Order: sequence, then C-alpha cells, then structure tokens
Amino acid sequence: MSLEPSESTKMHRTLPKSSSGMRGLDEITAGGLPSGRPTLICGAAGSGKTLFSMEFLVHGATRYNEPGVFVAFEEKAEELAVNVASLGFDLNQLQADGKIRIDHVRVERSEIEETGEYNLEGLFIRLGYAIDSIGAKRVVLDTIESLFAGLTNQGVLRAELRRLFEWLKEKKVTTIITGEKGEASLTRQGLEEYVSDCVILLDHRIENKISTRILRIVKYRGTIHGTNEYPFLIDDEGISVLPVTSLQLNHPTSVERLSSGIPALDKMLNGKGFFKGSSVLVSGTAGTGKTSIAGSFIDSTCKDGGRAIYFAFEESPHQIVRNMRSINIDLQSHLDSGLLLFSASRPTLNGLEMHLLNIIRLVEKFKPNVVVLDPISNLITVGSTSEVKSLLTRLIDFLQSQQITVMFTALALNDGKAEQTDESISSLVDVWILVRDIESNGERNRGLYVMKSRGMKHSNQVREFVITDEGLKLVDVFLGPVGVLTGSARETQQLLERTSEAIHDHAISRKDREIERKRLVLESRIAALKEEFESVQEELNKSYIEDELKKSILNDNRKELTHKRDNLL
Amino acid sequence: MIQGIHQKQDWDDGDEVDNHFELNLYIAGASSNSIRAVANLREICEQYIKERYTLRVIDVHQEKSLASQEQLVALPMLIKSRPFPERRLIGDMSDTQKVLKGLGISGE
Repeated sequence: MSLEPSESTKMHRTLPKSSSGMRGLDEITAGGLPSGRPTLICGAAGSGKTLFSMEFLVHGATRYNEPGVFVAFEEKAEELAVNVASLGFDLNQLQADGKIRIDHVRVERSEIEETGEYNLEGLFIRLGYAIDSIGAKRVVLDTIESLFAGLTNQGVLRAELRRLFEWLKEKKVTTIITGEKGEASLTRQGLEEYVSDCVILLDHRIENKISTRILRIVKYRGTIHGTNEYPFLIDDEGISVLPVTSLQLNHPTSVERLSSGIPALDKMLNGKGFFKGSSVLVSGTAGTGKTSIAGSFIDSTCKDGGRAIYFAFEESPHQIVRNMRSINIDLQSHLDSGLLLFSASRPTLNGLEMHLLNIIRLVEKFKPNVVVLDPISNLITVGSTSEVKSLLTRLIDFLQSQQITVMFTALALNDGKAEQTDESISSLVDVWILVRDIESNGERNRGLYVMKSRGMKHSNQVREFVITDEGLKLVDVFLGPVGVLTGSARETQQLLERTSEAIHDHAISRKDREIERKRLVLESRIAALKEEFESVQEELNKSYIEDELKKSILNDNRKELTHKRDNLL
Repeated sequence: MIQGIHQKQDWDDGDEVDNHFELNLYIAGASSNSIRAVANLREICEQYIKERYTLRVIDVHQEKSLASQEQLVALPMLIKSRPFPERRLIGDMSDTQKVLKGLGISGE
C-alpha cells in the first residue's frame, strides 16, 4: 500500500528541484524545475513565456535567495522592467540590490557582416560574467532563437547552442530557455533537441470568445509529474496554475455537523444536518426555492458565529438581501457584523479559470466556514460541461482541503431526466437535495427530498417544502388513500378528515344518549319489579304471621278449653 | 597577449579624419579563429588602407564587462567606429571581399 508513495518521495530527493514560487506549478512538477539543468518553455507569441521566466527568476531572487540573470534577446531591460512592474516586481531595485541582472543582447543582421568562421564565445563571456558577478543560480535566455534571425551560419549556431547548454549545466545554474512554437515541432529551431530534461508547453486557447491559458509538462526527466493540461492564469499576482488532480483525495474529514437552517431538513439528515467540510448540491427547477435554502443555510451559519461567502451569479447582493427578508431571513445584519461576504459577478465576466481563482483568492482571504455558489448553472455559458465539471471538482477539492462546507445550487431542467443536473456534478457532491415541482389539481407545490447523503442515515421521505413569511418549513406530506397529497389537496384532505371526525363524534354522542335512555327504562323496570317482589313478599309474610297467630290462638283456646274441662270435672 | 597593438597615427588634419579608419577587433583568447582574424585583418589593412587606420585588438576574456557594453555575441568581431557609419563584422576575416565591403572600401 505504501510502496508507491515512498518510491515517489525517494525520487523527489534524488532529483533536486528549484521551486518556481508559482502557485500550483510546484505541485504538478512535484517541487519545481530541475535544479542546475535547463528547462525549455515553449509556446506561441503571447502565451506568457517571458512572464513565466521572469517570475521564476524574481521569486528565486526574493524568496529563495537565488540570484538570477535574465538574458533578453527581444526586449530591452527598461522595457522588461516596465512590463513586469504590473506584477509588483521592481526590477530596477532588484538590479540595484545585485539580486537580478538583466542583459539585453541585440543581434541585428543588417548591421553585421559575416566574414568567415566565428563562434558565440562573446555570449559565453557575457553570461559567465553576469553569473559570476552576482553569484547567480538561475538563468533565463529569452528567446535564444532570435540568434537564428541575426546570424546566418546555422551549423555554427546549433553547435554553439549545444555547447552553451552543456556549459550552463556545468555551471550548475537552473536555466529557462524560451522558444517560439513552431509549425510541426515544439519550437521553430528544434531547441527541444538540446534541452532534454524538462519541457513545458504554454498555450493560449480561445473558445466562445473567452480565452484560457493552458500549461502542459511535455517531459520532465527523472521525476513524476502531472501530464494533464493545466489551465493557468496571469493576473496582478503573476502566474497561477490550477491543477485539476494534483490535490489527492486525502483531505481530512470531520464528524462535526452544521445545521442547514431548516430544522425539519436537519431531521431528514439524521437529525443533525450536514457534515462540516462536505459539499451540498441543491438542485431543482426554476422557482423551487433553491436560493431560499441557500439563504437559510447562510443565516444559520452566521447566527452560530460562522463566516460565509455568498457567490452570486444571477442576482445582486441587494436583491438577495431584500428577497430573503421577505421570508424572515435577515442577511443584512450578518453583512453588517462582517460575518457574511457577497461576491456577485456575471458568469460571462470572466473565463471559468478566472472565476475559480477569484473564488480561491476570496476564500483564502476571508477564511469562511461556508461557501455558497448560486447558481452554478450559469457557468455553463462560459465553458463546456466538462470544463465546468473540472472547475467544480477542483473547487470542491480545494474547499474540502480547507474544511469548508460548500453549497451549490443548480437549475435542473424539467425534461424527463430531471434527476440529472446540467453540470453532472451530482456524483461529486456529498449531499444532494432535490427540490421538485409536484403539479396536480391546477397548482404547483414543492416537494423536497434527500437524493443522497454520504455517511449518514437519511430520510427517504418526500416532504412538502413550504416558504412562509416566517421562513422555510417542511411539512409531512399527506398520505391519503389516493396517494401523496400536497398543497391545497393536502389541506382539503385534512379538512375532510376533520369534518368526518366531527360527524363521527356527533354520531357517537347520539348513540350514547339512546343507551342512557334505555338504561333508565330498564332501571325503572327493575325498580318496579323490586317493588312488586316486596309486596309479594309482604303478602307472604302476612299470611305466615296470620297462620302463626291462628296457631297460637288455637293453642290458647285449646288450653283454655282443656283447663275449663278439667275444672268442670 | 595580442592586446593593444597600435599602428602609427598620422591623421592630424581635419580633412583626413573621414579617411581614417578606427578599428576595434574583439577576440576570445588565443583561439584559432582569433589568431586567423588578427592575421587576416592586418593583411587587408596593410594592403588597402595602409597608414590610414588604427587597429586595437582586445581580448574579451581580459575585460569581460566589455562584452555586454559592446553588445558582443559572436566572436571574433570587428567594430569599425570611424569613418561613419559604424559597421560590425564577425568571423575570422577570411572572406576579403566581405571585409572590404563591410569596411566600405572598394577593392581595387
């Protein structure tokens, strides 16, 4: 398992590299350009070769304490200084400090008469002098092919260039040689023949009137490197390469949870909400409340003291704040407290890469806990599906490495295969919430369900999603005898149930009364019978007592008679 | 070693200034090109502009900062600073016709 990484790290150690200091480039080259060896940078006019090499040199001088010599065959030192001043490089100061030396080599064919054999010893002496005078570790030759325009003896030139590169290797300086792209070869004069250690190709493509700069490592001997085409940017901070896959899938994961701001939705997500650092996709057809869900999420984050950036590609910040207020979400207070940052721009303002870089820059500056992109669907207008997907992949990678939770909203088209978003990023995200129109009985209602949610138990229920003045609510859909009911159908059904309940209650009470009545009748009947029984009993008792009386009287009479008779005797 | 070889200067008169050749030959040490260039050039000068030239032979290895100042790339290089216009000739000066053309002298 650990065999491959250890092998690659061993390779890093064996081949020393000079860090370019350019964002992203060191990642895809696993450390920078090969130290003490020449690197060929080729590309068409305007592809950024000079800037690339100058940045390499300046970063070397300022950050890595490696002074550098810039041999300019095309531009004068003053012109160069002006050109790179926009990047914040003060070449004049660097030259005065002895950190950088610029030597402008001018070879004008019209001024030169060739009268026999010659070599380029003059260039060697110049370069050697410049290198030694400041102890340079880095050298740029921009663009050495100009020599071919100034001098006619190709054989001499080729032999001398071969000698020059060997000589530079011996001097142990890290060299960049730039070359203009040729018709069939990487460079017009086939410089790639001489520079065999590292070749980087810069390209400039225009699609849909929006340009993208591309960087590709054609070869890099003795090291692993990224082989893809990497988009890169040139702006006021210099060159930034945006590697697609350099960020490996090894970002830290968290078990911390973040509330979505909608308690019922949290309940659907195992009762706790999203994982921190996860990516959430909210997709749905137009007007299903995707932005409201995003707003609610931001609101809840900021209320908990978290920081959030809202990247709006469709609405202006004011519009969003106003609209959210109507559902009782106050984003303005978070703006005022500095917890929330809006960044609104039209997708067509920049190329995709510029968007990505803007996002990354802002994220690094603001350090948010939560990022919302609303909506990503519009980005498709400036790039192809695969480009947008690659952008979002890189963005998710980046944000996850920073443990930032991201929520995308995406417009899903209602074309039958609605389970798919345009950007086909549903496989990338951790949580996918789908808001769907449920249309029946002449009205449209919103149904919300959790399509997927990695790493947690989640509800499989469709909930009715209601936007009220008080905020967002999820209502349990009504499961009637005819299926799932929403909206007024649900309310009707509920009303119906209530009515029948009342009727039922009424019916029950009537039955109760009847029983009561019957009971009363029976009870009275029982009382009558009891009385009858008592009278019969009395009657019986009466005759019994009479009999006793009769018997005792008879006895008395008999005794009296007997006595009287005795007396008579 | 071949540094600082001066020919006689005999151009006091202003009229003759335009006629006088001021030549700087930059060479790289004792390479074969350098040696050939010095010999060839001297021969041409002696033949065509005898006593009308000043030739300085400079070894760039001895004075490296000159390389940048004088925009030297290919060596040997001859810079004719006078008479105007300035001309630059590279090579071992073996192509006499080209040297003459470069110096602005029509070979008789």
